[in-house]
Amino acid sequence: MCLGIPGKIIAINDANLLMATVDISGVTREVNISCVASKPLEKLIGSYALIHVGFAMALIDEHEANRTLEILKNFGMASEMLQGTQNVNLADKHQEDLGEHHEIR
Amino acid sequence: MRYVDEFRNPQAAQWLLSKITKISEEIDRTGDNPISIMEICGGHTHSIFRYGLDQLMPTSVEFIHGPGCPVCILPKNRIDECIKLAEHPKVIFTTFGDVMRVPGTLKSLDQAKAEGADIRMVYSPLDALVIARSNPDKEVVFLGLGFETTTPSTALSIQIASREALGNFSVFCNHITLPSSIKALLDDPFITLDGFIGPGHVSMVIGTHPYDFIAKEYGKPIVVAGFEPLDLLQSLLMVLEQIRDRRTEVENQYTRVVPEHGNPLSLAAINEVYELRPKFQRSRPNEIEINRLSIRKNYRAYDAEEKFVINSDVDRHSVTAEPDGCACKLVIMGRAKPTECPKFGLSCTPEIPLNALMVSSEGVCAAYWKYSRMREIKVSI
Repeated sequence: MCLGIPGKIIAINDANLLMATVDISGVTREVNISCVASKPLEKLIGSYALIHVGFAMALIDEHEANRTLEILKNFGMASEMLQGTQNVNLADKHQEDLGEHHEIR
Repeated sequence: MRYVDEFRNPQAAQWLLSKITKISEEIDRTGDNPISIMEICGGHTHSIFRYGLDQLMPTSVEFIHGPGCPVCILPKNRIDECIKLAEHPKVIFTTFGDVMRVPGTLKSLDQAKAEGADIRMVYSPLDALVIARSNPDKEVVFLGLGFETTTPSTALSIQIASREALGNFSVFCNHITLPSSIKALLDDPFITLDGFIGPGHVSMVIGTHPYDFIAKEYGKPIVVAGFEPLDLLQSLLMVLEQIRDRRTEVENQYTRVVPEHGNPLSLAAINEVYELRPKFQRSRPNEIEINRLSIRKNYRAYDAEEKFVINSDVDRHSVTAEPDGCACKLVIMGRAKPTECPKFGLSCTPEIPLNALMVSSEGVCAAYWKYSRMREIKVSI
């Protein structure tokens, strides 16, 4: 129920009804942008939003994402220097079992 | 996919795991008395199993699965009300797919649909609005269900219907608030937890302050987390660091999506349309007491309970009315693993479920069945 997926806002379709088109991994869909419409709508184009049940629920903060990734990248670099640690297989068990791609909801 | 693939990097995961192991050794607990961390959200439970994170943990760290599955804590009599609504000859009943196979007292929505009721699975409440516009001679009811992540979407849909004066649309409101369910867990004397992994998408709406009571009043650490494997490992590391350092704070790992104060536009929509449902007396002790929402009087024209005169008492029934011999309630409270239930995998499977935990996309029994049922089966010859 609480699943969300990142999508890129690529067009504003109706400024009055606050509807926009988002691109989710190459699949486009119309979503409602009422929850992220605090700045001029044209400025939303190109932003990534978290899409949940047909609504853009939050803009993904690129600066914060990069900050987290930077920490994680440093972790990754440090781990290459570690020896004797267990090998991690983060394979998606669901995709392995069923050959399905990301659940979009 | 951007903002997804980067958070699945195996090297970073390896480093995080070595840190988790090191810190758990510093905390000095054993497998007999493990450090118990509850992931509240059912979405997190599924991510943990989907990526096998539970199997990568040191023996002294244990994930306890929380009650964050709104379908699982929907009282059975509300499913019965859904079926009653759906079987009304004028009604087109619309719902997310999760609920379709949840057993009611006599049948599920899926069975009612097979018997001829006009029940349609939709991706969004906006789709229900489309159905209402194109079927003016029918009454379209949408099942509003979920925590604060989903509540804004139905609130906004009601506002859209109100602006359009779309008189044949209504919502059967079963929304609940998440922080209240955590409080219920913390008040349970049978549950001992060392810390929490907090829900990511509920927090994107409500922010991190509604959890302050967990750190301040109950002295437990909580870290709001994203849903990718690195998000979860990093959050677990942050919780363990708090435990080691004897800190109890509300921290936020999912800063790319969760602002400290939440989303004011979403919160405004929720507050405009919904209010707290008055509480009924609980029928049994030790039930999870949860804050449930109902539609405000200003929007009563869009309230299916007003329109179809439903007055079932949502609190009088057990939160998870369980069939005989099941352990649903213990499982949802984090006091038992699904595999400890005598029915799990035998008379209760996703094909023939006895309760919602086995069929909801966030149900813990569904996660165990899908990803790990082969791990714990003990064969005796």
